Amino acid sequence: MVDHAAKLTERVWSRYDAREQWIRYAVYLATVVLVVWTVRDIDIFWPWVWDAPNQIQNLGARMWPPEFSAWSAILNAMLETVHIATLATLLTVFIALPVSYIAAQNTTPNRITLWLGRLILVSSRSVNTIIWALLFVAIFGPGVLAGILAVMFRSIGFIGKLMGEAIEEIDRRPVEAMLATGAGKMKVVMYAVVPQVMPAFFAIVILRWDINIRESTVLGLVGAGGIGVLLQGSIDTFAWQTVATILLAIIVLVIIGEAITSALRKKVI
Amino acid sequence: MTDTRITPGRVWKKQPFIANPWLRYGLLLLTLTYLYWAFSTLPFNWERIADGLPRAARIFGGAFPPSFERAGLLWTGFKESFQIAFLATLLGVMLSVPIAVMAAGNIAPKPIYLLGRAIIIISRSFHPVIVAILFVAAVGFGPLAGVLTLTLYSIGFVAKLLAEEIEEIDWGQVEAMRSVGAGYMKTLIYGVFPQVMPRQIGLSMYQLDSNLRASAVVGIVGAGGIGGTLMNAFGRYDYDFAFAILLLIIGVILLSEGISGWVRKKIW
Amino acid sequence: MLEISNLVKRYGHNDPVLKGLDLTVDGSSVVSIVGASGAGKSTMLRCINRLVEPTSGSIRLNGHELVNLRGGELRRARRKIGMVFQGFNLIDRLSVMENVLAGRLGYVSFYQAVTRRFPQTDIDRAFHLMDRVGISHYANKRADQLSGGERQRVAVVRALMQEPEILLADEPTASLDPKTSQQIMGLLQSLASEMSLPVLINIHNVTQARMYTDRIVGMRHGQMIFDGAPKDFNQDALDAIYGGIESPEEEGADSDEGHEAREAVA
Repeated sequence: MVDHAAKLTERVWSRYDAREQWIRYAVYLATVVLVVWTVRDIDIFWPWVWDAPNQIQNLGARMWPPEFSAWSAILNAMLETVHIATLATLLTVFIALPVSYIAAQNTTPNRITLWLGRLILVSSRSVNTIIWALLFVAIFGPGVLAGILAVMFRSIGFIGKLMGEAIEEIDRRPVEAMLATGAGKMKVVMYAVVPQVMPAFFAIVILRWDINIRESTVLGLVGAGGIGVLLQGSIDTFAWQTVATILLAIIVLVIIGEAITSALRKKVI
Repeated sequence: MTDTRITPGRVWKKQPFIANPWLRYGLLLLTLTYLYWAFSTLPFNWERIADGLPRAARIFGGAFPPSFERAGLLWTGFKESFQIAFLATLLGVMLSVPIAVMAAGNIAPKPIYLLGRAIIIISRSFHPVIVAILFVAAVGFGPLAGVLTLTLYSIGFVAKLLAEEIEEIDWGQVEAMRSVGAGYMKTLIYGVFPQVMPRQIGLSMYQLDSNLRASAVVGIVGAGGIGGTLMNAFGRYDYDFAFAILLLIIGVILLSEGISGWVRKKIW
Repeated sequence: MLEISNLVKRYGHNDPVLKGLDLTVDGSSVVSIVGASGAGKSTMLRCINRLVEPTSGSIRLNGHELVNLRGGELRRARRKIGMVFQGFNLIDRLSVMENVLAGRLGYVSFYQAVTRRFPQTDIDRAFHLMDRVGISHYANKRADQLSGGERQRVAVVRALMQEPEILLADEPTASLDPKTSQQIMGLLQSLASEMSLPVLINIHNVTQARMYTDRIVGMRHGQMIFDGAPKDFNQDALDAIYGGIESPEEEGADSDEGHEAREAVA
């Protein structure tokens, strides 16, 4: 009994055990070291940092009030932006579906096609839309084609990866039943796989279309068409009030895109 | 009980996907019209496009083999990208906590809630490249514009998801803290944060990964990092160097995706 | 006539699930196969239409050897073997009629299958069979809107659409309530006699096996230990089959089978 009491008085409480504590300290230390190194090493002229709020305010003041005289050019550029996103999304479907078919473990014909499919998906996903645009502008010159191709090449990885996962997650039992009727592989896919992945397909394409609208607004900064061309031009000529109008237009477009997306999503699912 | 003879000639057709024929053919017509309209109004410069294939051959011919000769330039570029991504993640994640608390409907009063939501919506509505170009215009070329851009980008993403997470917490724990007499801050620290902590760490790792990706891109408009190096290489037709940068970017992204995924799995 | 002789199935290097099984089913008899879970009932059934690849042995249907068939030959053989599953295995998002017509997939061209342009004779047959089991008014309903008993009827019709020479049923009533499962068993029994079709039914419910089938085969540990008429299936036989087994509801070989079927798709 006495022993017990002694034990009780010695008891200390701590939130973490020793090992956890060490890991935590190590993570804190590493973070602090990284911060110190970064702040000392990064190529920032610090007086500018303290001046930044002023500068930003200044820029904001120069943008006010928005200048609407170029509205018809802006509207046209907006339509072009939407066209790029929509056409690219539609065209992507035709490439992304076969790729997802060979990149899904349960439908791919063999190991080689599986790895080919995965290679296509990874390389598509790892390169940003605007970098793809840079490449296609170099090849096909500035314009909407470069934009469409850039958006497509990025979307293939996105749609292909998610569709591949949807194919891998299907209920296997209908597949078994179709095999038992003596159906060949393509018929099994058409009857047991396609109906099951349909909802996922629509959801994924709609989601990507929404993302593509946003991506298409910046393609013009590297010359690949859309509203970005106008934005870059206005910035280069210091037409800040027009810049403000363009920014407002982009916000409106993004909101409309989101509204359409959520309406469609409700319809489909 | 049954008629065992087969009655022939009963028709069956697959039910159309859209039952109303007007709507069905209307949508089809609408789609075709749209496609025609879109293709006919888009300004394609066919002569320049026809020139594309030989150009592509020249570019890819020039890109092989990729040149890693200017390793110094590569190193500074990637180092700067990483620094931008790291600082922006740190700032963004720290700033996103108060903003998320403001934007969580269950713990913030209405006016504060609206303010928090507004901040999140504003920081989410623009693509980081557009934000970057504005910051470059305001504070000049260089990594400062990149850090500011990606901080805003991080706030938009992390604060939004964190606010949603806070709105979904188990309310009983908050009531328990209130019932022992804890004030607002203490309730936050004991009743709310422990519930959302794992999620927040996971989000931070995810954000570091996506900031690293984005930092390669904001450089294209002059906000520092490897993107600027890539843009210059393209501009000077140094395709072998550009290709080397591209390969390294892919490698770094895959690596960071792997690390971030591993850490998130460990924590969850 | 179905003749199984010396059938062995072994997954990897484990103990064989089927240890040299012999079984002959002829005429239009309804045979129930009873046994605890993991006894190999499901594996045996799936060996017949080769959803599971037998390790060795021979399976002959009306004189044709089924083991070692490949590609198109295997598909043509499968057309003649109808199968009904425990989980119905319908395609939920397709209509009842499409599910039923899917039974003809082994016969029609790919073009016909994709455009749903099945021959009129198939459609007539589909309506006739659906009338027979009482589901033709559901033809254009989506399969997932039906109740369990109705879904199993759709699955039975799908199997019959194949114009099978034998019907396999793998626990066809295990997912149904008692009343519905009796209806399905009665349906299988009467269809067998109407179409003079041999039917093989895996079943847990011994009472139903006695009531609706002409012959009972008892399995344990991959071997046949009882084969006789329902009236001879007494307490001794029951003890021999289920004795000392704790829970008859667990399905031991399930994961292995899943694996096999996945390979078969790929």
